[in-house]
Amino acid sequence: MSTAVAEVPVQSQVHYLNANYGIKSWLFTTDHKRIALLYLGSITLMFFIGGAAAVLMRLHLIEPAGALVQPETYNKLFTMHGVVMLFFFLVPSIPATLGNFLVPMMIGARDLAFPRLNLLSWYVYITGAAFTLYALISGGVDTGWTFYTPLSSHYVTTHVIATAMGVFITGFSSILTGLNFIVTIHKMRAPGLTWKRMQLFLWSIYATSVIFVLATPVIAIALFLLVLERIFHVGIFDPAIGGDPVLFQHLFWFYSHPAVYIMILPGMGVVSELVTCFSRKKPFGYIFIAYSSLAIAMISFFVWGHHMFVSGQSVYAGFIFSALSFAVAIPSAIKVFNWTATLYKGSISYDAPMLYALGFIGLFTMGGLTGLFLASMATDIHLHDTYFVIAHFHYIMVGGAVMAYLGGIHYWWPKITGRLYHDGWARFAAFVIFIGFNLTFFPQYMLGYLGMPRRYAVYPAEFQVLNVMSSAGASILGVGYLIPFVYLLWSIRYGPIAGSNPWQSTGLEWKTPSPPPTENFEVPPVITGEPYGYAEPEHARV
Amino acid sequence: MAQWPNLRPEVASVHAERMDHLFFFLTGVTLFFTFLIFGAIFYFMIKYRRRSETERPPATRDSRILEITWIVIPSLICIVLFFWGARLFFAAFNPPQGAMEIFVVGKQWMWHLQHPEGPREINQLHVPVDVPIVLTMTSEDVIHGFFLPEFRIKRDVVPGRYLSEWFQATKTGTYHLFCTQYCGALHSGMRGTLEVMSPTEYAEWLRDNATAESMTQMGRQLFTRLGCDTCHLADGSGTGPALEGRFGKPVTLASGESRVVDESFVRQAILDPGSLPLPNYRPVMPTFRGQVNEEQILQLIAYIKSLGSSERSQTP
Repeated sequence: MSTAVAEVPVQSQVHYLNANYGIKSWLFTTDHKRIALLYLGSITLMFFIGGAAAVLMRLHLIEPAGALVQPETYNKLFTMHGVVMLFFFLVPSIPATLGNFLVPMMIGARDLAFPRLNLLSWYVYITGAAFTLYALISGGVDTGWTFYTPLSSHYVTTHVIATAMGVFITGFSSILTGLNFIVTIHKMRAPGLTWKRMQLFLWSIYATSVIFVLATPVIAIALFLLVLERIFHVGIFDPAIGGDPVLFQHLFWFYSHPAVYIMILPGMGVVSELVTCFSRKKPFGYIFIAYSSLAIAMISFFVWGHHMFVSGQSVYAGFIFSALSFAVAIPSAIKVFNWTATLYKGSISYDAPMLYALGFIGLFTMGGLTGLFLASMATDIHLHDTYFVIAHFHYIMVGGAVMAYLGGIHYWWPKITGRLYHDGWARFAAFVIFIGFNLTFFPQYMLGYLGMPRRYAVYPAEFQVLNVMSSAGASILGVGYLIPFVYLLWSIRYGPIAGSNPWQSTGLEWKTPSPPPTENFEVPPVITGEPYGYAEPEHARV
Repeated sequence: MAQWPNLRPEVASVHAERMDHLFFFLTGVTLFFTFLIFGAIFYFMIKYRRRSETERPPATRDSRILEITWIVIPSLICIVLFFWGARLFFAAFNPPQGAMEIFVVGKQWMWHLQHPEGPREINQLHVPVDVPIVLTMTSEDVIHGFFLPEFRIKRDVVPGRYLSEWFQATKTGTYHLFCTQYCGALHSGMRGTLEVMSPTEYAEWLRDNATAESMTQMGRQLFTRLGCDTCHLADGSGTGPALEGRFGKPVTLASGESRVVDESFVRQAILDPGSLPLPNYRPVMPTFRGQVNEEQILQLIAYIKSLGSSERSQTP
C-alpha cells in the first residue's frame, strides 16, 4: 500500500475535457461525462433561482404582517421555489449529474447504452426549464407546486399552463434518463461484474430509474388533464362542471410520492459510497442495503394516500395507506443502521465528503422519524398542512438529498476535474451548512406543532420568535451554499493535481486517470472481486 | 414586542389531550433513535478515527442476528403506532349521536357559519362548552381546510361534497381558526376565532343574535319559494316522491343501486336530479344549479332533515 501513497499524482495528457474544444463540442457531445457537466451547470443555475425565492420568503416572514411583499407575490415565491427546486433541481440532481458521470464508469463501460438519447434528455430538460422560467419572468404562478384543483384549473389567473407544460416536458427527460440507466445496467456491465458485485450507488440509481419510468407518466397525465380543463373546460376536476377535485390529488401524489424517493434514493447510494470509502470498510449488510433500495422503490408506489388523510378519502383507504407508510419506514431504517454499523472498527477520516455523509445520516434519521408523525393518522390530522410537514420534508430533501448531493460532488470532484479543492474551506462549509440548516428547519417543527399553517404570507404574532430564528438560520444556510460554489470553481484552475485515486477508494471509477479519457478506461476492465475490498491488500478487484 | 412562545399549544378538548399523548410518544421514539444514531456516529468517529494513512482495518463479518433485530424492533414500534393512530383517527371523525350541528361554507377568503337556530356568523364561531359540536362543511369555490389547533382537529372543505369534523370543548376561551388548504391570494387572511362560552352565555348570545327564523324555517320558505312543494307532496301523491321520513334511510335507484339519503344525496338531487332516477317516477325535475347557493342548499337540507323526525304520513 505504501507504494500507492508515495506515488506522485499526475494528470493524464488527453482526457474528456480537452479531447476537443469549442461550444459545439459541448452542445453536440454524446459523452456521458460532458452531458453530466451540462446538467451540472443547468441544475446549479436552477438551484440558485429556487434558493433566491426561499431567501425572499424567509426575509418576508420576519414580520407577522409580512416584511417584504404582498401576499400574492409571496404565493408566487413559494410556488416557484417548490416547482424549481423539486422538478428542476432535486429530481435530476444526483441521477443526471453524478449518475450520468458515474454509471458507465462504475460498470466499466465506455458510455451509456443510448448516448444520443442521453443528450436529447438534456435538451428536453432545458426546454421544460425554459417554459417554467418564462412563466416566472412573465409574472409568475401562484397555485403552489402541488397545483391542487379546482384552484389551479379555474380560479387563479396566473401562468398555470406555461408552468404545467414546463413540468410536463421535463418529465420526459426523467423518463429518458431512467430508461437509459436501466438498459445500461442490465446490458453493459463489464465481464465479471455480477449484480452482487455492483457498487451500492448503482443499486440505488437502478431503483430510482424504475420509479422514473413507471411514475413520471402519471404526473404527465395529471398535468395534461389539468391543462385540458383549464383551456377547454372539460369537467375533470372542477365540481362546478361535473369533475372531482380529489381525483387530481390521487393522480398528483401517485407520482409525487414516489418522486420523493427519486430524490432521496440516489442520495442513499452516494452515502453508501462515502461511508465505506472514508471508514475503509466494506458496507455492513451489503445485500440489505441493496435490496432495501428496491423495497423502497416498490412500496413507494402504494403510500400516496397518506397525503390525503383529511381530504375526505375513505377512512378505510386511510388505514391501508397509513399501514403501508409505516412499512416504507423499515427499509430506510435498515439503511441507517447498516451505515452506522459500517463505521464500527473502521479507519474514519474527517474529509469534507465524509462530513456531508455523516450529516446526511443524522438529518435523514430525524426527517424519517418525524415522517412517522405524519404516517400515523391521528397526529397527521393536527400536523397536516402545517410547518411540521415543511420541516419534515426539508429534513429529507435538504438535510438528506442536498447533503448527499454536495457530499457526492466533493467526493467525485477530483475525478470530474482532476483537481483537489481546499480541504479546510470544504470542511468549514459543511459545518456552516449543517448549523444553518438545523437553525432554519428545527424551529419549523415547533411552529407546526403549535399550529402555524404552511403557505401563510401573514401569521399571528405569537409565531414570530420561531420564524425569526428560522430566517436567521436561512441566512447562514444561504452563505453556506455560496462557499463551495467559490472554492470549487477556484480549484478548477488553481487546485492541486488530484491523481487517479486521491481517496484510495476501491470503486471502479477510481481505476482510471482523473479526469478520465473519453472512452473511460484505456483497457476495458474485467472484474474479479467484491466491490469494497478495503481489507484486502491492493484492492485486488480488477 | 414578540414574546417567547409556548412549546405546547393549548389543550381545549379530550381529543387534543389524547392526540398529544401519541405525539409525545412519537417524540420520545424520535429522540431515542436520533440520540442513538448521533451518539453512535460521534462515538465511532472519535474511537475509530484514522490514526495513520496506511491503516487497513480488517473487514467486519455481517451479522444476520443484528439485521433481524433492527428490522423487528422498528416494525413492532410501527405496528403499535399504526393501531394507536388509526383508533384515534376513527374517533376523531365519528361524532357522537345527538351532537349539535353547525354548518360551514368556505369561500375565497372567508368562513360562513350558520347555527341551526338561524344566526349566521363570518370568521367567528360561538359555541357552548362541554357540548359535542359537529361541523358539516362544504365550499363555494376551491378546497379549503378547517383547522382548530387547540382541538387538534382539521379537515379539508371540499366543493361539491360534505365533510364533517367534530369537537367538544372542555374549557371556555377564544381559540384559533385557520384555513390550512392553500386557497389562493388571501389564503393567510382566511382566519377566524372560535369562542367557547358557558351554556348561559351561549344562550344569551343566541338570544341577542336571534334571527326571525331557524335554519329549518328558512329551508321551508325556500322549499315553497322554489316550488319544490308543488311536486313533493307530503302524502306521496305528487309528481315527485314525498320527502317525509326519507333522510338517513336507504333508497333504491332505477338502476338498482342502493344509496343512503344523506347530505350529499340531497345536494346531488337538487343540482343534478337526472343523475338519480327513481323507479316509478318520471325524471322531470329540473336542475336548481345557479338558483341556490351552498348556504341555501344547507338550509334546504336542514328542512328535509326535519321532515325525517316528523310523525306525518310515511310513504314506504
